[in-house]
Amino acid sequence: MEQQRPIEEQIDLPFLESLRISFQSLKIRFGRSIITTAGITLGIAFLVSVWTNNEIEFALQESGRSSEITNIDEAAEQGISTKDIWLIIMSLIVCVVGIANSMLMAVTERFREIGTMKCLGALDGFVVRLFLLESGFQGFAGALIGALIGLLGAVILGLKNYGLDLFFYFPLLPARPENGPFQLGVLLLILFGCVLGMILAVIGSSFPAWRAAKLPPAEAMRTEV
Amino acid sequence: MPDIVVKTEDVVKEYRMGSNVLRALDGINIEIQRGEYISLMGPSGSGKSTLFNMIGALDRPTAGEVYIDGQNMSHLSQRQIAAFRCHRVGYIFQSYNLLNVRTAHGNVTLPMIFAGIPEKQRNEKAKKLLDKVGLGDRMYHLPDELSGGQRQRVAIARALANDPSIILADEPTANLDTITGREIIDLIKQLNTEQGVTVISATHDLKMLDVSDRIVDIRDGLVERIRNRDEIEIEVGEVGGHE
Ligand SMILES: Nc1ncnc2c1ncn2[C@@H]1O[C@H](COP(=O)(O)OP(=O)(O)OP(=O)(O)O)[C@@H](O)[C@H]1O
Ligand SMILES: [Mg+2]
Repeated sequence: MEQQRPIEEQIDLPFLESLRISFQSLKIRFGRSIITTAGITLGIAFLVSVWTNNEIEFALQESGRSSEITNIDEAAEQGISTKDIWLIIMSLIVCVVGIANSMLMAVTERFREIGTMKCLGALDGFVVRLFLLESGFQGFAGALIGALIGLLGAVILGLKNYGLDLFFYFPLLPARPENGPFQLGVLLLILFGCVLGMILAVIGSSFPAWRAAKLPPAEAMRTEV
Repeated sequence: MPDIVVKTEDVVKEYRMGSNVLRALDGINIEIQRGEYISLMGPSGSGKSTLFNMIGALDRPTAGEVYIDGQNMSHLSQRQIAAFRCHRVGYIFQSYNLLNVRTAHGNVTLPMIFAGIPEKQRNEKAKKLLDKVGLGDRMYHLPDELSGGQRQRVAIARALANDPSIILADEPTANLDTITGREIIDLIKQLNTEQGVTVISATHDLKMLDVSDRIVDIRDGLVERIRNRDEIEIEVGEVGGHE
């Protein structure tokens, strides 16, 4: 018989297997994932719209096209950058808080699942990895949607302010004007938004996931949701 | 020589809530032999689930030792505890505890994924186990699409995935009607007799009595008495008489 057989050490799961499990989980919880992701989407949408708007204004000013418009408000040329830097900082804070909050909720409502997986032999590290993968995907997808919404918002606003001229000087690519700060360009900005959303989501979920993974299964499974 | 699978030595579990200390287990000593079917009985709050958690390495005792297969559980590393839960024990809970994001099949394969069993092999095994519990035609349903009894069957199939030597069941029939509960008990008993799996089950369910080899009565965190099967049968007769 197998009695007195020493207890072996649990193996690590191959990365691909973790990836598959996290994907399946995201697929089934799609509706729920979107709600969680909404915080990220909103934050990034805000950030991207403010930033894009800023770059559009700058690009049009550079081209001299918007001079008539800015001249109406004399203070504008000086005021724009500080105001928008504040807006960008604000939107970043909205991002961080929104994402941290969504991730905390997402982990907390899954305590029971975490406890159950540990009963079945999951290592703490696996639980953490699973959540980081899931939140990374969610962060990226949510941020991409948010970035596109933000871009759309900025374009609509730009059209309203500058009309079709907007498209002649649209700051699609990065630029380094002589008399101004480096311009990221909309393409890089979107990429930046996605990566930022992903990183923030991963950071936001890492602490709650790590804490939940450390709980003894009995305690994790006690939480009724 | 009797082959002891589970042994507890003065197991104490205290829960701290602020300045209050609640002693859920107050020095439990039991020995369970391989192949036994043990029922833990006792009033609500007596400590059955707490003891279940100690034996299953789902929580650590405040004091005392738990030995499984002669191993002192408090000496195991984190990885060994995970492997222990994965290979040695199958858990069945009152509220099923299936993963809602995975199908019946996906629930059964998960412990085998953790055990590193190749995909083809684990798919076959999952199919075999689900057939065995009578869910061959519901394999790819999510738990939400199954009845309570069916969910508990999935949980049983999942508990068997890595051929555990111990099945731990915490009130497996409490959420089920009498007939479904009976079927679940029969299924667990069948594993016990046919495969020699040791079954340790916390229960209020009198139907469990006549399949048990021994009944451990727990009261206020202590073992009140241990009854053998022959003592039990008389009482089951009495219970039947009251109905
Ligand atoms: N995590 C916890 N924190 C605080 N107290 C707890 C905790 N778990 C259990 N208890 C307490 O320990 C005692 C024993 O609880 P336990 O769940 O083991 O009882 P039980 O015999 O399983 O009861 P039931 O038949 O209702 O399931 C109870 O008084 C309970 O309130
Ligand atoms: Mg209980």
